[in-house]
Amino acid sequence: MTEKTQKEPLFHVVKRDTVSRRKEWAIRAVAIISALILCSGIIAMFTGDNPVEIYRSIFLGAFGSERKTWITLQNISVLLIISLALTPAFKMQFWNIGGEGQVLIGGLASAACMICFGEKLPNGMVILLMVITSVAAGAVWALIPAVLKARWNTNETLSTLMMNYIAIQLTAYYIIVWEVPKGSGKIGIINQNSAVGWLPNVGNKYLLPIIVAVIVTAFIYIYQKYTKHGFEIAVVGESRNTALYAGIKVERVIVRTMLLSGAICGLAGLLLVGGINHTVTTTIVDSQGFTGVMVSWLAKFNPIAMIATSFLIVFMDRGASEISTAFGLNQSFADILTGILLFFIIGCEFFIRYRISFRTGKEKH
Amino acid sequence: MSEAAVSFRGVTKTFGSVIANSNINLDIKKGEILSLLGENGSGKTTLMNMLAGIYYPDSGQIYINDEPVIIKSPKDAFDLGIGMVHQHFKLIDVLTTAENIVLGLEGRLNLKDTEKKIKEICDKYGFEVDPQKKIYDLSVSEKQTVEIVKVLYRGAEILILDEPTAVLTPQETEKLFKVMRNMKADGKSIIIITHKLHEVKAISDRVAILRKGEFIGDMITSESDETQMTQMMVARHLFLNIDRKKPVNVKPRIEVKGLTVKDPAGIYKLKDVSFTANSGEVLGIAGISGCGQKELLESIAGLQKVESGSVLYKPDDKEPVDLIGKDPRQIHEMGISLSFVPEDRLGMGLVGNMNLADNMMLRSFRSGKSKLFTDRKTPRELAETVVRDLEVITPSIDTPVRRLSGGNVQKVLLGREISSHPKVLMTAYAVRGLDINSSYTIYDLINKQKEAGTAVIYVGEDLDVLLELADRILVLCDGEVSGIVDAENTDKNTLGLLMTKKGGAA
Repeated sequence: MTEKTQKEPLFHVVKRDTVSRRKEWAIRAVAIISALILCSGIIAMFTGDNPVEIYRSIFLGAFGSERKTWITLQNISVLLIISLALTPAFKMQFWNIGGEGQVLIGGLASAACMICFGEKLPNGMVILLMVITSVAAGAVWALIPAVLKARWNTNETLSTLMMNYIAIQLTAYYIIVWEVPKGSGKIGIINQNSAVGWLPNVGNKYLLPIIVAVIVTAFIYIYQKYTKHGFEIAVVGESRNTALYAGIKVERVIVRTMLLSGAICGLAGLLLVGGINHTVTTTIVDSQGFTGVMVSWLAKFNPIAMIATSFLIVFMDRGASEISTAFGLNQSFADILTGILLFFIIGCEFFIRYRISFRTGKEKH
Repeated sequence: MSEAAVSFRGVTKTFGSVIANSNINLDIKKGEILSLLGENGSGKTTLMNMLAGIYYPDSGQIYINDEPVIIKSPKDAFDLGIGMVHQHFKLIDVLTTAENIVLGLEGRLNLKDTEKKIKEICDKYGFEVDPQKKIYDLSVSEKQTVEIVKVLYRGAEILILDEPTAVLTPQETEKLFKVMRNMKADGKSIIIITHKLHEVKAISDRVAILRKGEFIGDMITSESDETQMTQMMVARHLFLNIDRKKPVNVKPRIEVKGLTVKDPAGIYKLKDVSFTANSGEVLGIAGISGCGQKELLESIAGLQKVESGSVLYKPDDKEPVDLIGKDPRQIHEMGISLSFVPEDRLGMGLVGNMNLADNMMLRSFRSGKSKLFTDRKTPRELAETVVRDLEVITPSIDTPVRRLSGGNVQKVLLGREISSHPKVLMTAYAVRGLDINSSYTIYDLINKQKEAGTAVIYVGEDLDVLLELADRILVLCDGEVSGIVDAENTDKNTLGLLMTKKGGAA
């Protein structure tokens, strides 16, 4: 037979069978290190600054002082709670991108309680009312798209997104109604003197969201892994037909899961308004309803892994503000670095699932 | 010059630790029809996928017309005149036949010329294709025809057909074979992957046998018989008949009366169907696919909206109850043990992405002691029992079921369904796509259920098997019962007539 007329391809992609946990994490580590090296190159090339200094300052931005560390942890907690809230819905393949609105409406409900009952009811009663109304408001905001989906199979991506805008406009309206002082276009700190409706300090003023986040993480972890509800969510997410076959009432699971999702979002709103900011603005959620989607997916819906992914995003975000002041760099520069990092982290999943097989060079006959 | 169109020399392909093909040496001659025979997971499809450019061999060399070639992609394969018709069609539903056929080709799109060329191909080989029809309007066999025309349109000289007859009726199969013979007369080389030995005999010139990824041997079809082929395939002697015991303790268990089902478009899927399924008996259901078999089983299982009629379940000691209007959960809560092995194994009976243990939970997750928490231990034990008793080949019970081969998937599903000692067991195409060995395991399990007093309803497509396995056979034709016959006193011809004509035996 004649010799080869064509060249063997340089490499080809081969699907891996199984990958050990250790190798999986090794691949991810290599990805993160490569991303940092690439970022260093970009920093050196475009800004002329020392990459090591930049990284140092990112770290200091997040953990440079005791106060900064607490704020970082608090931010992680809020993002984590919102991401955890969205997780059961996504696990069910229900595209809840309405986290933003569900958190905001929960926050608005809290603010309403603080303003309307601040001078009429004792502090404890106000806080109790805030908890109930914010959780209920978030749940209702999620319930509407859920019922639409369960009853008429409407597209939940659209309906949850639209509910965000309704929540933002409602908030904008009530800010004008409640604005202090009149004409300022904002509410300002609510009950600044009486501090009615301010969630109590546990230890210090940062600790409460952190404790709530720990509880919610444990709850979602157990809920998804060990309860009948959790199993039903997983089956509905994988195949509606199988769910029907197993006698699972799909509509009921959708509504129930979204109620839970919305309720936890409402709780996050309560923490933002009653615990952290003591005011409400239309931008108080700061797109965390969307960032949470990324946190959840990056962690493949595993609540424990979500601690790491939310940490990564908050860490980079806090570092970004630091380098923008310390080096006079634009805040967007840190966003570029975050983008590169995420690209590598998501991209490395490909190498976990496939391996590249290079040309061996020897002829085989 | 040798007459080989394709030669494999020392071709090896592994997936992780699994060796799919090991050092394969095989020739396909010009102008011949070669059957590739082997059990599930013996590496037939992998080998052909390498020829079609889907996979790339780890080592070894493929020669086309004695020229060593590198096939990196399906496009390379097309350029070499190789075309493969996959088991799962790769067509776009909303496009027309002609559009699907030219899809992906370079150059200006001229549908008029395309249609002319399609017509030439059809006339030459005896296809019937309407180029302007949308794919979603086509039947399964028409879609397959489109796939074949698609590869011929691209100038394929070497055709690979991966289990083409699995989805066809006997009549459609005969039509396909006629076309294949025409293509062969035109000098094309055809490789057909199949499980069905009588089809190997009917269509091929030569048969090549793979076993566990290795090439075992080849022989001229006309000089070999089915027993010989089976032995080479499974390397041990199999009895090709099913041990059917006389039904004992026969009692009516399920009584269906006047069952009528319409699809959302208002077309009758079942029309006034009545029959009785008895305990300790296998009731076979025959019929051309899509004649209401699916709707019938799903009506009994509580998954189908029913227009009218009743499905009475008759317990041994209590009053009969009507299952119509109950969902699977309610049926379960009434204490009725009804098992169902649906046709769509990974889309309905199992969850492909879940592991074996979690799939066991699909039936049992509600039955834990706690109200909130589900019992994960019992299903794990059940999964281990099923793996052991039914000899399921899997790395562990934590492996997602989609990673198992077809036969093992079915063992997992059937294993779960019979683990509850059902009073009624319904199976739809339980052995579709399974090799002989796995098929006999399944027949065996079904027979054991029958002996244990279960009322078995077995929807099948292989008439030989139905005649040997079932005690009685109900034949559906266009959603109506065209006859219920005693399996022992019936032959294939009678069944065939009943399948195509309502009341053919009357």
